[in-house]
Parts: sequence; C-alpha cells; structure tokens
Amino acid sequence: MSNKPVPRVRVPANAKKDELIEIKTLISHEMESGQRKDSAGATIPRKIINTFTAVFNGKTVFEATWHPAISANPYQSFFYKAAESGEFTFQWKDDDGSVYETKAKLTVA
Amino acid sequence: MTSLSAVSRRDALCLTAATIALAPGLARADVAAVEAELKKLYGDKKAGSGKIKIDVPQIAENGLVVPINVEVESPMTEADHVKAVHVFADGNPLPGIASFRFTPACGKAAASTRMRLAQSQNIVAIAEMADGSLFSTKSEVKVTIGGCGG
Repeated sequence: MSNKPVPRVRVPANAKKDELIEIKTLISHEMESGQRKDSAGATIPRKIINTFTAVFNGKTVFEATWHPAISANPYQSFFYKAAESGEFTFQWKDDDGSVYETKAKLTVA
Repeated sequence: MTSLSAVSRRDALCLTAATIALAPGLARADVAAVEAELKKLYGDKKAGSGKIKIDVPQIAENGLVVPINVEVESPMTEADHVKAVHVFADGNPLPGIASFRFTPACGKAAASTRMRLAQSQNIVAIAEMADGSLFSTKSEVKVTIGGCGG
C-alpha cells in the first residue's frame, strides 16, 4: 500500500470551442485518516492528499481541499469550458510534502 | 488515456477490512461542530436555500466509499459565478469532507468525489457566490456499514 501514488486522468483529446467537458481524475493513495489505531493501540498518523489543483495554460481552473473523510484512492471530477487549446497540469499535494503531477493536452477546434 | 477503473481490487479490500477491524468508538462530530465550522468560514451570515444541490445515495451500503456530487446553478461568468462549495458531515469523527474552489473557466459549478461516512448522518453543503451570497442544503445518507469502524 505504500507504493508511489499513480495519478490517472481522463480528459477528452479534442473539444469544440465553448463545449463543456468533464474531467475525471483518480490517484492511488491510502488516505490514512489519522483516526485508525494499529494492533498495539497506537494511532496511525494521518497521511492524506490534502489539495488537488487543476491548472490550464498556467491558470488555475479548479481546486479541491480534501479532509480525512475522503475515500482512499481519491476521485475528483469537475468541468471545464473549452476556450483554447493547451495543456492541463494536475497536482496532488500530500501531507508529507510530496507533490504528484500529471499533464494532459486538449485541442480546441 | 489510462483507465479510471483500474484501482487495485486487493488494495480496496485490504483497506476496507483494516478500517473495519481497527477503528474503535471515536468521538463524533455533531451538528454543533458543523455549525462551528460554518461560523469560522462565514460568521453569522445567513445562507439562503435553493441553487445548490447535493446528489448522494439515500442508502450507502459501504460507508468507506460514498459517491457525492454537488452542483450549483450559476451562469459562471466573471461577475456571477460560484467561488466555493464546502461540504460537511455531522456524524463523522471530523466535520470536514471537502472544499471545492471554482472559477469562471469551469463553465459549470459541479464536482464529484467519494467520501467516508462513519454512520448514518446528514451531509451539509454551502456555496459561496461571487457577490458573497450563500446558499446551503442538507441531505441524509443512511449507512449500512460505517467507514470509520462504526
């Protein structure tokens, strides 16, 4: 379970101008809530992804702050109104300071 | 693009089992805790009803993974858009679930995620519009197996 988180995103490759597209994202992560105890009764420290950000051509489109109540392997979807061709940068920020990143291109006709 | 559904089944099962076995009775957030969170964000400002809609199952069999979709009616223009939506639960160990920050570039103020619910409880969502007005809504979810060992 301590494998490196793998992000997956689904962004359509092409869109018409002003078309609303839904972007779906998922990342493998245990999202340890900080509420659980191990077999010795000690609390397992919290380790979650606390922020998800979607940036398109350098401009933030959508941001989510997650609390420990978000399920393991967190899923997030949102919308984007296709305005111009470019590239999305998705970032997930971990409690331990790590940042996981992936990119996806969108062509607007 | 890679598939979204390829989360390891074994991982999901392991976590489910571990969570159910390990978490003992914990302090629960309650209605007052949710109100305190709202007060921290927006003070005593009153929220209107309407415009915001939460989509959650009426009955969730597995409290570890409960889908939630929030949607707010808005033209999403520079002058009139949804700035943020905050989601809370009044029966979890902690009241916060998630906050979404939208921009006019979204075109539509809607977002989906999946959450853990410890027991049957109310989900509260509040939307903040660009002009500062607030809209809130509440929806009950009945949970068969709690997501925090409940």
